[in-house]
Amino acid sequence: MSASERVGGQVANYVDERTGAAKWLKKNLTKVFPDHWSFMLGEIALYSFIILLLSGVFLTFWFDPSQREVLYEGTYQPLSGLKMSAAYVSTLHISFDIRGGLLMRQIHHWAALLFMTAIVAHLLRVFFTGAYRKPREFNWIIGVGLLTLGIVEGFLGYSLPDDLLSGTGIRIAEAIIQAMPVIGSYLAFFAFGGAFPGDTFIPRIFTVHVLLLPGIFLALITVHLMLVWYQKHTQYPGPGRTEKNVVGYPLMPIYMAKAGGFFFIVFGVIALLSALASINPIWLYGPYTPGQISAGSQPDWYMGWLDGLVRMAPPIETHAFGHTISWNILVPGLIVPGILFTGMALYPFIESWFTGDKREHQLLDRPRNAPNRTALGAMSLTFIIITILNGGNDIIATHFSLTINQIMWFSRIGIFLLPPLAYVITKRLCLSLQRADRDLVEHGRETGRLMMTAEGEFIEVHEPISKEKAWMLTQHEQLTALEHVTEDEHGIRNPKTMGGKLRARLSRADAEQIQKPGGDSHKEIDSY
Amino acid sequence: MSHELEPITDPGLPDHVHRAADTDPVAEKRAERQVAILFALSAIGTILFIASYIYIPTTEFIFLPVLGSTNAHELFLGLGLGLSLLFIGLGAVHWAKTLMPDNEIIAERHVMRSEDVDRKGFVDTVKEGAAASGLGRRSLIKRSLGLSLGLSALTPLLFLRDLGPLPKKQLETTNWKTGTRLVTDPGDRAIKASDLEVGAVAQVLPQLLTGEERTLSNIGKDAVLLIRLRPEEFELSPERLSWTYEGIIAFSKICSHMGCAVALYEQQTKHLLCPCHQSTFDVPRAAKVIFGPSARPLPQLAITVDSEGYLIAQKPFSEPVGPSFWERSS
Repeated sequence: MSASERVGGQVANYVDERTGAAKWLKKNLTKVFPDHWSFMLGEIALYSFIILLLSGVFLTFWFDPSQREVLYEGTYQPLSGLKMSAAYVSTLHISFDIRGGLLMRQIHHWAALLFMTAIVAHLLRVFFTGAYRKPREFNWIIGVGLLTLGIVEGFLGYSLPDDLLSGTGIRIAEAIIQAMPVIGSYLAFFAFGGAFPGDTFIPRIFTVHVLLLPGIFLALITVHLMLVWYQKHTQYPGPGRTEKNVVGYPLMPIYMAKAGGFFFIVFGVIALLSALASINPIWLYGPYTPGQISAGSQPDWYMGWLDGLVRMAPPIETHAFGHTISWNILVPGLIVPGILFTGMALYPFIESWFTGDKREHQLLDRPRNAPNRTALGAMSLTFIIITILNGGNDIIATHFSLTINQIMWFSRIGIFLLPPLAYVITKRLCLSLQRADRDLVEHGRETGRLMMTAEGEFIEVHEPISKEKAWMLTQHEQLTALEHVTEDEHGIRNPKTMGGKLRARLSRADAEQIQKPGGDSHKEIDSY
Repeated sequence: MSHELEPITDPGLPDHVHRAADTDPVAEKRAERQVAILFALSAIGTILFIASYIYIPTTEFIFLPVLGSTNAHELFLGLGLGLSLLFIGLGAVHWAKTLMPDNEIIAERHVMRSEDVDRKGFVDTVKEGAAASGLGRRSLIKRSLGLSLGLSALTPLLFLRDLGPLPKKQLETTNWKTGTRLVTDPGDRAIKASDLEVGAVAQVLPQLLTGEERTLSNIGKDAVLLIRLRPEEFELSPERLSWTYEGIIAFSKICSHMGCAVALYEQQTKHLLCPCHQSTFDVPRAAKVIFGPSARPLPQLAITVDSEGYLIAQKPFSEPVGPSFWERSS
């Protein structure tokens, strides 16, 4: 017995005699996880979160969450002698006087951007592969919650330094609150402790940013991971992979090394990025005052869609009975985001409603084999991309010599035209890819070898593809539309159900698919 | 050359292909060395970090291509930290990929649904528990409990009441009163019409009474932009024209859309543009909205001069400034 084995045995014994966890640990330390690069997107989000906690704690040691007005007499000469909030002064202090402080600020901000990017990429992976289907609907909803909280947390975080850029963002947030019918002005006054900007919002959002939201994050992430653990990870289809098994590598030692190593890689990349790429240089923006602003004001990228929506809203307000309703704020600022996030959260249930599919799914879909879902995803993405582009319309205008008016009108019209177009094109693309798959299975792959027949005709020799590949291309389910959904369980047509008609229509759209080869269709095929 | 297509079935996991390090001791040694080198590089990164911390002064700047002038202290701290962490990660992953076993393992899944007997037991337990509490039978308890729970839910609302004052008339009013002098921001100097050339723009605030302190909340609604045009350039109603003085027109600087500072003035076109959402206001036509999401012109402040020739407000704003709100009447 080697020394390391002996120590390992002693540790295991020590732990088990005090917890009785041997059985549980044995089972879980050898837990099998499937391997795929796209499964690392969620990991990146998790590691970024840990990095955010570490760097955030560092920043709180010097950050002063206060709007007390002070005269700056610090090391950064250009702002010397200016009045500014203690929060802004302490951010300058961290940036210029604390060794590694600027680096840590940059790590915190870059990690936040990566956190949101990884969450969105992970969400897209989960959506396009259908990983949210039963039994994982809860985890999808938790994920949508984490995305929403992440947007809020990021916004509050970059507002803390109380600089001119972030203060402008807070001003806009206040206007959205104030625009709410009936309760708006009251909510705004309660949130800001009086008229905007007041002197209480920095300490308040500080508590929310460092205590309340991180606490909720920790709880939700824990449940998210426990569910992944308990339900076992989904896997991509392939030879030997079924709905009843999971094929991969054990946690110990493979994933401990790989995932542990990956944490260091993510941290290392963020540190390098933070060393080399400047982010949020608040000393250039100056302290916040409501009377000033800088041109090209841009939020962080994950807020861009909201800003873009607000920018493209037509100038409509209703004034009636001594009251005002600002549709130009309410629709892009609250109503559309509400519909987007509610729709996203409920999508697993909507899909299972119109497909009638209540089974568990452990094998992921190849996006082309679920054309309707893939097209819906492309449609939503197109919508969001247009809003993000419009959120940067001033930057795009200056960089590409366009006018803001051109971009705005492109967005206002495009937001209605392009998403449906993306749906149609994506669906056609998926079906074409399915046809290509079928061709490959039926006719084999092109070898590039030309042959002349006895008649003098040239043909290209095709070669059958491997068993594994053929299985990969044909393992998916042939979708079928629901029948009789406009009738009740006794087969009686129910003309009243709008829902039934909608369901039948969605179900038909969903079942549009190319007949796959193989199985019972014994076809005579040629080699070309 | 034609053949029957076999029915396609799952061929099962492909045969395991061994890596070089699994079969060749030389390759195994090489992989081991590579991992060790990666870890050693990490150590070098940490040494760079420590050395930068000690030896590079925080005031040292260096010029790097693309990056420009950069604080050397922070740059090398970051590079050292980044390399130190990155190579630990690369080493660990390389170790896992080359030297740890790479046999794929098949584990069975279980369905989420419990066994029928457990499900029934669960339902029975819930039913028994509910019956034992007697909640179904004792409607008096049920109703009084519902009442008390519902009422106690109101307490957080009251607790949060002191977060802020009631808005009262604060959103409708500003500190501009009849006769308030316009003073420069920054500087707080009263100004005369002659201080402003044609085409010039200035930000002004209401003059403070002695003892008054200017808060950001005040600036947030008091900020006013003065623009001087040639009087013949105005296309205003007679009333609005009487609110100007010798070609000087005053607007609230707080955007009527979402309250950003409307700070971009285009001298050629005489447009005011809000950089937040690009609402564009036409100055000669009383800041009429000609583009963007804002639904209202910027409120105009009526100005004139006092006996000493200093610019003053004729009267308060005739409408609330800033973004809309429910109680706003026009």
